[in-house]
Amino acid sequence: MVRCFLIHTVCPVSALSAGESRLLFSRVFGPDEGVLTEQHRGLGPEERRLLRREKTAVVARQVRSAVSLSREASGRPPVEAVPGEEALALQEAGSGAVRLRAGDPFPEEMSALWLAVQSLGFTLVCEPHENLPLAEGTLRNLTRHCLEHLHMLGPGSEVLLRSDRVDALLSRLLPHGQLLFLNHRFAQSLEKEVAAYMAK
Amino acid sequence: MYSHGSESLIKQARDIQEAELKKFYRRLAKLLQGKELGHEAMDSLQRLHLILSATKFTRTLPAELQKGLLPLLSSPVEQLQLLSSAVLRETLPLSGEELNYTQEDAGSRADLSSLCAQLLRSLESRQSDGPTHSLMQTLPILNTIITHSPEYHLTLLSKKIVDWLRYASITQGGGASSGGFFTGPRSRQPVPTAELDGTVSGDFFTVLCVGQGFTDDQWMNVYSFSMLRHWLLTYHSVPSGSTIADADDRSEVDGSVVSMVSATSSSSRLLPPKERLREKAFQYCLRLIEQSDRKALKRTDTELQKACLVEAVCILDCVCVEDTSLVYRTFPCVKALFGRLSSDLTFARVLLPIAQFYLNHGEMATVDCESVWKLVFGRFPAELFNSPFLAHELLRFLRLNLESLQLRVPEYTRSFPNLLKFLAWDSPAVVDDFVDLLPSLVTAETAVELLHTMLDLPCLSATLLLQLRSTCSPISEPGGRGLLSLDAFRSASLRGLFLYLLRTEAGSGDTIDRLSTLHELLAEAADWPRVVQCAQTVPVLLHIFFSAVVTIADEKLSAHLILVMLERSSLLLNIPTYIKEIHRVFSCHLLRLCKLRPSLVVDQSHELLEFAGTTANVYSKAEIYTHVVWALGEYLSVSSDSRCSVRLITSCFEALEAVLFEITSSAPPPGAACPVPRVITTLMSALAKLASRSHDLIPRVSLFLSKLRTVTRGGSVAWCTDEEDLVAIVMRGEELWSLLKTPGVAQSVLTPPPHVTTPQWHRDTNLSMPLQLRTLTKKKKCSLPE
Repeated sequence: MVRCFLIHTVCPVSALSAGESRLLFSRVFGPDEGVLTEQHRGLGPEERRLLRREKTAVVARQVRSAVSLSREASGRPPVEAVPGEEALALQEAGSGAVRLRAGDPFPEEMSALWLAVQSLGFTLVCEPHENLPLAEGTLRNLTRHCLEHLHMLGPGSEVLLRSDRVDALLSRLLPHGQLLFLNHRFAQSLEKEVAAYMAK
Repeated sequence: MYSHGSESLIKQARDIQEAELKKFYRRLAKLLQGKELGHEAMDSLQRLHLILSATKFTRTLPAELQKGLLPLLSSPVEQLQLLSSAVLRETLPLSGEELNYTQEDAGSRADLSSLCAQLLRSLESRQSDGPTHSLMQTLPILNTIITHSPEYHLTLLSKKIVDWLRYASITQGGGASSGGFFTGPRSRQPVPTAELDGTVSGDFFTVLCVGQGFTDDQWMNVYSFSMLRHWLLTYHSVPSGSTIADADDRSEVDGSVVSMVSATSSSSRLLPPKERLREKAFQYCLRLIEQSDRKALKRTDTELQKACLVEAVCILDCVCVEDTSLVYRTFPCVKALFGRLSSDLTFARVLLPIAQFYLNHGEMATVDCESVWKLVFGRFPAELFNSPFLAHELLRFLRLNLESLQLRVPEYTRSFPNLLKFLAWDSPAVVDDFVDLLPSLVTAETAVELLHTMLDLPCLSATLLLQLRSTCSPISEPGGRGLLSLDAFRSASLRGLFLYLLRTEAGSGDTIDRLSTLHELLAEAADWPRVVQCAQTVPVLLHIFFSAVVTIADEKLSAHLILVMLERSSLLLNIPTYIKEIHRVFSCHLLRLCKLRPSLVVDQSHELLEFAGTTANVYSKAEIYTHVVWALGEYLSVSSDSRCSVRLITSCFEALEAVLFEITSSAPPPGAACPVPRVITTLMSALAKLASRSHDLIPRVSLFLSKLRTVTRGGSVAWCTDEEDLVAIVMRGEELWSLLKTPGVAQSVLTPPPHVTTPQWHRDTNLSMPLQLRTLTKKKKCSLPE
C-alpha cells in the first residue's frame, strides 16, 4: 500500500526565504494509525491530525534534502521547462528513493520515492514490500497528469485551488493507496475519465 | 512553478481572521442548502479546503456547515464528493477509513469489521446497474482493512478473488465487434482479447491482456491481482483449519499431495479455499511470466511487464514459503526466467526478487545459486552503481537477508570493494543503509583491506566519475574538465592504479604501493561535488568500522590497524576538511585500541617512536601526534607489559625530549603555524611519566622545565604567540617540576597502580555509600528482636 502522496517545494524558491518550504498537496491513505496502534490510542482526533501533518512534514523535509544533495552531486544546471513542455520536464526530472527508518517518522520502515521537477517534488511513500518498479511508474504517471492538468509549469496556483483534481486523479490511478497494474488500454480508459473530469 | 501568487494564497488562508471566517462559514452553509450547487458553491468549498489545510492546527466547523457537508459525500456529482470528503478529512474526528462515498466513524475494530461485511455484501450483489467505480473501489478499501477482519470474510473474499483472477471473460468488452461497417448487430461476434504484442490471447485473462474495452470482471481481475500479494500475506497469517468447518482433513497432508501431483484446474476445485487461491495465484503468475517474454508494442507496457515479473516472482516466493511442495513446480520456471534475463542489465530490478527466491528456496531444491550471486555482488554494483532505484533495492535486499547471506553466501563479505561503489557514487542516499551493513562486512581476514578501501572512498568516487566520463565522451577533449585525471585514467601505464580501486573482490592485496601517485593524479577531483559528499560520510563509517573491528580483532590485528593508521595519516586524498576529520577519528580509535590492549604500545614501540620522534608530525598531524605521545607516556611501563625495559623507556624519553627541545627553541618552520599548546603539554607530561618510572631521567626533565620557566619569563617566545596558552604551558611545567621533586609521589601519581586506575568504588562495600547502607539495613533487619 502506498502510505501517502505529497507535492511540495524542493529547492530554494524565489517566493520563499531560504530554508522555508511549503507542502502544496498531501494525501494520506489507509486507516489512521491512531485507531490501530497502541501507541497513539490515547490521542484525540485533533492530535492525530497534527501528528499526521508532522509526519508528512518530516517526509517532505527528508526528500528536500535528498533532492538538493542529488542535484549538487550531479552538477547539472536545472532545465527550465515552460508550459507545454511537460514531457521534457518529466524526462529531465531527477528521481530517487529515500529510506525512512522505522520510527522516523512511520512506525515501520518505508521507502519514499521522489521525482523532482524544477522547484517541486512529487513523493510517494510506500510500504516495505511494495512493488517499487510499479510505484515508480505510477509516480511518473501521476506527476505527468498533475503537470498537465494543473498547469504546474506555469505561475498559476491551480494545485492549491483545484486540489479536487488531484483527488480525482488519485481516486482512479491510486484508489485508497492501492497501486494498480494497468496496461496502456486500462490506463487509457481511466485517463479518459480523468480528462472528462478536468474538462468540467 | 511555485509563485508569489501561491505563497500569498497560503498566507491569506493562514492569517484569515475569525470574524471573516465565521462570515464565510455562514455564507457557505447557506449555499449548500440550495437545490442546485453551482460554481460559487464549488469555489467556496475549494477555498474552505485551502483554509483548513493551510495550518497544522485543526479548525472545527460549525454544526450547520458540517450537516450541510455530510450529504454531499454521496452526491452524484463527483466534484462535490471529492471536495466534501477532502474538507471533512481536515476537520472532523478522523475516521478509521477514508471513503469516497460513505463516511463511517470506524473508530474501532468492530466498526471496521462491520464495514467489511457491508462492502462484501455490495460485492456479492453484483450491481451491474450501479456505477462500476463504486464496485471497483471496494477491493482497494477492503485491502486496507482486511488485516482487522474475521476469518469468514476472508474465505468469502478469497473465493471471489479466485473467480476474478482465473475466470474473467476472455472476450473484449465495451461492445467491440469483429464485424465491419455494414454488418448488423446479429452478426456481431465477440472479439477475443489480445496479448501485448498483438497476437490473440490463447489463455485466461490477465493484466497483460488488452482489448478495445473491458468487461466488469476484467476490471476486477486487474484490481484483484493488484492486491493479491498483500492478500496472500494477510491470509497466510490467519491460521488455517479454523476457517472451514468441513475440510479439516484436507488441510495439511492431503492438500500438499494434491498440489504436487496434479496440475489441472479440475482437481483443484477440491482444494480448500486457501489452497485453491494459492493454486490459482500460482497459475496466474506462471502465465504472467510467459506473457512477459512477448515483445510489447508500447514502451509503457514493457515497463509494466517488468513490474509484473517482479510481482509474479514475489507472489511465487510467498506461495512457496507457505506450501513448500510448490517449490518443485516453481523452481524450473524461475530458473528459466533467470536464464532468460541474467544477461540483460535492464532487467536488474527483476533479478533481485529472483535472488530472494533462490535464497529462500535454493537450498531446499539444491540448486546452484552461484550465478545469481555473481550478478548481485559482481555485475550489479560494478555496472549499475549509478541507478538510484537499483541501489536502494539491492541494499535493502542485503539488509533484510543479512543473516542468511553471512551464513550461506561466502561471496558477500568478500564483495565490499564492489558494494562500496554504491556509497562512493551517491553517499547521502545510501549511507544510512551502510550504517547497518558495514558491521557485517568486517571480518578478521579482510579488516585491513576494508580500512584502506574506506580511506580511499573519495578516490573511488572520482574514479567512477572518470570511468563514466571515459565511456561517454570522445577520446580527446581539449580544455575539458578533469583533463589530467582523465588522461591518467586512460593511460596504459597508470591504468593499473585505477583498476585496483575498481576491483570487484577483496583478497588481492590490502592496498597498492603507489597510493601517493594516485592521490596526486586525482588532486583536481578534490572539489568535485560527488567526491566531497563521499568524503563527508567516511568519518562516520570509520567509527562504525572501528567499533565493529574491536570486537573481533586479536592482538596481531590490532597492532596492524595501528600501523595502518599511522601510515595512512599522511596518505590521504587532499580534500580540505577530510584529512582533519580522519585524523580525529584515528586519534580516537588509536587511543581506544591502546586502552584495550596496553601491551600494544610496548609491542609497536618502534613504529610509535618513529612517528613521535619526527618533528614534522607536530605541525602536520597535531591531533594524532598528541594521542600517540599520550599513549606512549601512559602505557610504556612495566605494569602494561613486562617486556618494557629501562632501555626502552630511555630511548623513548630521548626521542620525545629531542622533539620538545626542537619545537620550543625556535620559531616554527616557514609555512607552519605555531605548535598546538596541547602538544607541548602532552610532551611534557609524557616525559614526566617516563621519568617517574626511571628515576635517573628526572634531573633531565627538571632541568628542561626550569629552563622553560626562565625563557618564558623573558616575555613572548617565537613558538607560542598566545599569552594565555603560554601561561598554561608554564603552569603545567611548574606542576610537573614540583611533582618530580618527590620521585616516590611522582611515581604513584604519574604511574598509578591498576587498582587506582580501574576504581571499583561503586562495587566496594567499604567505599560505596549505597552498598554500605544496604549492608547496614540488612544487618539491622536480621537483628530485629523476635
